[in-house]
Amino acid sequence: MSVQEKVMTRPSDRLNEEQLLQMYYYMVLSRKLDERMWILNRQGKAPFHISGIGHEAIQVAQGFAMRKGHDWLFPHYRDIATCLILGVTPRQMLLALLGKEGDVFSRGRQMPEHFSYKPSKIVTVSSPVMTQAPQAVGVALASQLQGKDEVVVVGFGEGATSEGDFHEALNWAGIYHPPIVFVCQNNQYAISVHVKKQMPVENVADRAAAYNIRGVIVDGNDLLACYDVMVEAVERARRGEGPTLVEAKTYRPVPHSTADDDRSYRSREEVEQWKKRDPILLYEKYLMERGLLDEEKKAEVLKQVMQEVDDAVDFALHQPYPPVESAAEGVFGDFHLVKWPKAFKRNA
Amino acid sequence: MATKTNLQAVRDTLMEIMERDPSVVVMGEDVGPRGGVFRATQGLYEKFGPERVIDTPLAELSIVAVGLGMALNGYRPICEIQFADFIFPAFNQIVNEVARYRYRSNGAWTVPMIIRAPYGGGVSGGLYHSQSVEAFFTHVPGLYVLAPSTPKDIVGLLRSAAQAPDPVLFFEHKRLYGLVKGEVPDEYYEIPIGEGDIKRAGDDITVVSYGMTLHEAIKAADKLAETDGIQAEVIDLRTLFPPDLDLIYESVRKTGKVLIVHEDNLTGGWGAEIAARIAEDMFEWLDAPVMRLAGPDVPAVPYAPPFEKWFLPLADKIEAKMRELAEY
Ligand SMILES: Cc1ncc(C[n+]2csc(CCOP(=O)(O)OP(=O)(O)O)c2C)c(N)n1
Ligand SMILES: [Mg+2]
Repeated sequence: MSVQEKVMTRPSDRLNEEQLLQMYYYMVLSRKLDERMWILNRQGKAPFHISGIGHEAIQVAQGFAMRKGHDWLFPHYRDIATCLILGVTPRQMLLALLGKEGDVFSRGRQMPEHFSYKPSKIVTVSSPVMTQAPQAVGVALASQLQGKDEVVVVGFGEGATSEGDFHEALNWAGIYHPPIVFVCQNNQYAISVHVKKQMPVENVADRAAAYNIRGVIVDGNDLLACYDVMVEAVERARRGEGPTLVEAKTYRPVPHSTADDDRSYRSREEVEQWKKRDPILLYEKYLMERGLLDEEKKAEVLKQVMQEVDDAVDFALHQPYPPVESAAEGVFGDFHLVKWPKAFKRNA
Repeated sequence: MATKTNLQAVRDTLMEIMERDPSVVVMGEDVGPRGGVFRATQGLYEKFGPERVIDTPLAELSIVAVGLGMALNGYRPICEIQFADFIFPAFNQIVNEVARYRYRSNGAWTVPMIIRAPYGGGVSGGLYHSQSVEAFFTHVPGLYVLAPSTPKDIVGLLRSAAQAPDPVLFFEHKRLYGLVKGEVPDEYYEIPIGEGDIKRAGDDITVVSYGMTLHEAIKAADKLAETDGIQAEVIDLRTLFPPDLDLIYESVRKTGKVLIVHEDNLTGGWGAEIAARIAEDMFEWLDAPVMRLAGPDVPAVPYAPPFEKWFLPLADKIEAKMRELAEY
């Protein structure tokens, strides 16, 4: 096969104009929503936020590579864009940010970005990193055993690959070959700790070899490159050809979270350097070169996005908090075979 | 009525549950052709095959986590931790994940699964094959914690556990596996989670226990009745969480004196919570301080036979403590 032919068979070549612009829309929506969440935090209106800024390419790519509502997502806590694509609304994101009534993730119980949305098979996120990876293997094994054609996508950062959970998950995946794609957003830092201090190998994807599964490295700021890799990984998994560990090399141009100050551990020059490779800038350039985007169209998209963002913020700020009594509810489900002793004040 | 050992009760009930509910899978180390190191899963692999009786890698964290994932996607896993002593690699998954899924997703995601773990001493297992670990888990909201110690209770509670919409930790005392024999009714029955049981009726003092010390307490009570004419009521908690305080309080209203006995070490053991509840709720009914007898505060059961005997709250020690309480 010639280089030309190879290029022509990329999955992204099959994306039509509308889809390409939709991807752009979600990148911008995620970014603007995210930026507003930072502002709300700085205004003292949102206690916390952890950001997906700079990670939108891989996030949008995985969202578009998945079958919405059919495939499963165990998200990385930065996966705002993916969740939006799979069906979470900006209003829902904002309700969760503020811990308001109507927060579909947890009804105000969890910190923001701890996504959960069952209609889209987005599984509840917790804070201890990497616990989700072996759980995702379990979901995928169950799909495999039942002969379903669902694929499970599980996200995480590179720092968390030092956790034992990651290695146990890959070990199982290597033994049973369930339909799963591990997606690492390698932004080179785990809070302040650089990836060089995190692992003795150059790439997270190298770790796949030890478990006899596929490891793929991709430029995590190049949307269509990410899309190609994700589609291939997801469809291989769906065809029963086994798991893939995708490593998207990217960068976090903002602090780890609203509680972090990144000036203590990296230079401003480094950050500025990476901002030049912002995934949205790169994609805009691509779209413009293809004649699919111009300044006018850009402004139009931005206007539409800002309307959605403003609406979400306005809506969420005016919602009530869940009643305090609700915090005591729902530890256990109803069950006819449990007798709660009267003297035992349940959940009190 | 069939007579079974505790081990047979576990094994037969697992078989029955798997026959009735095709979503049940058994998974753990050596649970397949070997039938488990205690033979609790013997015969399951032959009957249900490798897709429902899964020999897992030697990795407790992921035995539980993979089980959790399967529970999200149509299965009801029964995960075996080979020895309770080795549950700690899975502690984070159990406490932060399994127990919290329902609450943290406001009921959207739930985890119907059972985690079985043989526990307890008296088997020359030393520090790492003798531990009682229940108090780590009774502390965690979101888990049912069961510790039945007779064949009949094991059958009835395992049947209930296998229908629960929430995670159940099912502790089986390994010393009792072959030691305890008892009758199991032929007709189908279930025992509700949260229901204690009076294993020996009496009016003078109340003894609350579970596991191996429950059987030792019954022995001690019989002896005390014979020698001193003191009648102890022995309550088997069976379910540790939620504990049947109603049953305990009813007995305390009658006796005014209560002793809690467990094999797990004293400090922060489950008996501490039970004692605190009794002290708070039943103060006016008490004629003596709530007493506890438990394993000493050393890191689990030491190996040498005299050490093991020193550690375990066996009948003679319980008898002495019961006498002390009765005479108070
Ligand atoms: C088990 C655990 N230890 C520590 C933390 C605190 N913590 C939160 S995020 C984080 C860094 C994660 O880095 P990485 O996996 O690279 O993901 P990133 O945030 O860079 O996307 C740490 C240490 C945690 N949440 N969980
Ligand atoms: Mg990182």
